[in-house]
Amino acid sequence: MESVFGRYRNITILVGVLFLQALGLAVQVKRNTESGPTRLIRVWTVNAVTPFEKAIVGFQNGSAGIWHNYFYLRGVRQENRDLKAEIERLRLAQVRLNEDAEQARRLQILLGFKEQFIAQTMAAQVIGSSGSEQSRSVYIDKGYRDGVRPDMAVITADGIVGKVLRVFGGRPFEASTAEVLLINDQSSGVGVILEKSRLQGILRGSVSGQVVMEKVMADEEVKAGDRVLTSGGDQIFPKGFPVGTVTKVASGSELFLNIQVKPAADLAKLEEVLIITKTEVKEPSTNQAGPVRAVDILAQRLPSVPDKPQLSPPETAKSAEGGVNSKPAQTAGGSATKTQTTSPTPALLKPGATAATAKPAASNPPGVTNNPIKPAPPNLPEPKPEPPPEDTPQ
Amino acid sequence: MPITYTSQEQVEVYRFGLPTAILVPLIALFLQAFVSLRLHFFSIFDLPLLVVIFFAVARRSQISGLATGAVIGLLQDSLTHQPIGVYGIAKTVVGYGASSLGVKLDVENAGARFLVTLFFYFVHEIVYFLVARGMVGLTLQWSWAHELMSAFSNAVLAVVLFAGLDRFKQRT
Repeated sequence: MESVFGRYRNITILVGVLFLQALGLAVQVKRNTESGPTRLIRVWTVNAVTPFEKAIVGFQNGSAGIWHNYFYLRGVRQENRDLKAEIERLRLAQVRLNEDAEQARRLQILLGFKEQFIAQTMAAQVIGSSGSEQSRSVYIDKGYRDGVRPDMAVITADGIVGKVLRVFGGRPFEASTAEVLLINDQSSGVGVILEKSRLQGILRGSVSGQVVMEKVMADEEVKAGDRVLTSGGDQIFPKGFPVGTVTKVASGSELFLNIQVKPAADLAKLEEVLIITKTEVKEPSTNQAGPVRAVDILAQRLPSVPDKPQLSPPETAKSAEGGVNSKPAQTAGGSATKTQTTSPTPALLKPGATAATAKPAASNPPGVTNNPIKPAPPNLPEPKPEPPPEDTPQ
Repeated sequence: MPITYTSQEQVEVYRFGLPTAILVPLIALFLQAFVSLRLHFFSIFDLPLLVVIFFAVARRSQISGLATGAVIGLLQDSLTHQPIGVYGIAKTVVGYGASSLGVKLDVENAGARFLVTLFFYFVHEIVYFLVARGMVGLTLQWSWAHELMSAFSNAVLAVVLFAGLDRFKQRT
């Protein structure tokens, strides 16, 4: 027996080593180790590799900073002028967006929406990768000691990047770092929505590293160029964050479309990322202090409801003679839902300008109104004056 | 023909100092993880695999070869998010096979090294593919064009890398 073992010693050891590894692999697959504690061998390897990566990235950034901040300043003045012009343009756009946002918040209150706000983010440097084509993940220079935890969303200014998979640095003498699973890995999954059609689906990575949107029925219309946003359904990424753009649509397996998406963030050239370390779920608030009724919101949206003018008694009499309809409002053209929209004047496009003041004064001929809401009876008390605006939430 | 059959007595067995045996695999792992991030095409190379082949062939010991392959493979696994053992099994097989070949054949010249690396790259990929699909359930696609290009690139790099690593060899 001993001689047989001696003769086949090497092959026996090979089989034994392979068997042990296969056994360990089977145990990990069954237990789904991604959600379990981090294996010690991972900690050792990460401890051995990441300090060098951090050192090199730190040196690289330091030398690049000295060069760009003190020596290579060519074109900075022109860039400064361009940026100032860009700021002016963005300020104008912000005025319009503020109005839209206020309006959206008021409507969300009516519908009982709860929004997820990004309360806190942390910048991190990408220092390394897994080094394997089958595992698309990167390592960042922030870890447990910096407040990073598993399942936190990782983004850039352009779009989403991935989620924190494993965090290191919880034990003494352990390098503080974290592994981020990229959205183009085949084990990744993100809840997404198409911006225009509002179709929901799941974003997954493919074997070749491309990003595909799944679970969209084949009879839906999806076009190349459609923007893809996060839907918030995965409880990791906040809703409405840019994901990418549809590049190709083809009929996939079964009843679903195969939609290829180009990620908004350049996943091949990641250098700095933001980790969303804190989100808050709260109901949106508006500048209005008291409860808002549906009729008030609709009345503000409809251009046919003018402000109550502060007329003197003779003017009131004159206007009554002019044929102002004292009957309950009639809808124009018999349609109760048709509304007219007009663009507000530039003077009204200021931050803080209320929707009431933005209403057009006279958009309908006398006696005709588009308001489908019955006017309030004359014995109702005068509305209270609006309180000063509060701070808008972030 | 670059590969020549030699008797056991004719084949030279080398050993390596402890710093070399530890640092070279670690540097290979570090470069694989760090450079792939900056230069995307670098991920077609498998530096840890080349190091396994080099040590296995030079030491010409099957036990040493499979142990080197297992350790380096497991360390490479631990940098990925996949279960630990897929690279471990593949590199154990390669380490054992390369050292078995080193016992019987003289693979010290550039041509032999090119062919040996080309062959063991395919062995590694086939074992990895089978384990990853069969045991872990990963969805992998076998692309002959990609594998051929990767094998050729790794073989060319191996010729250069092995020439550099020859300086750390110590005769027994």
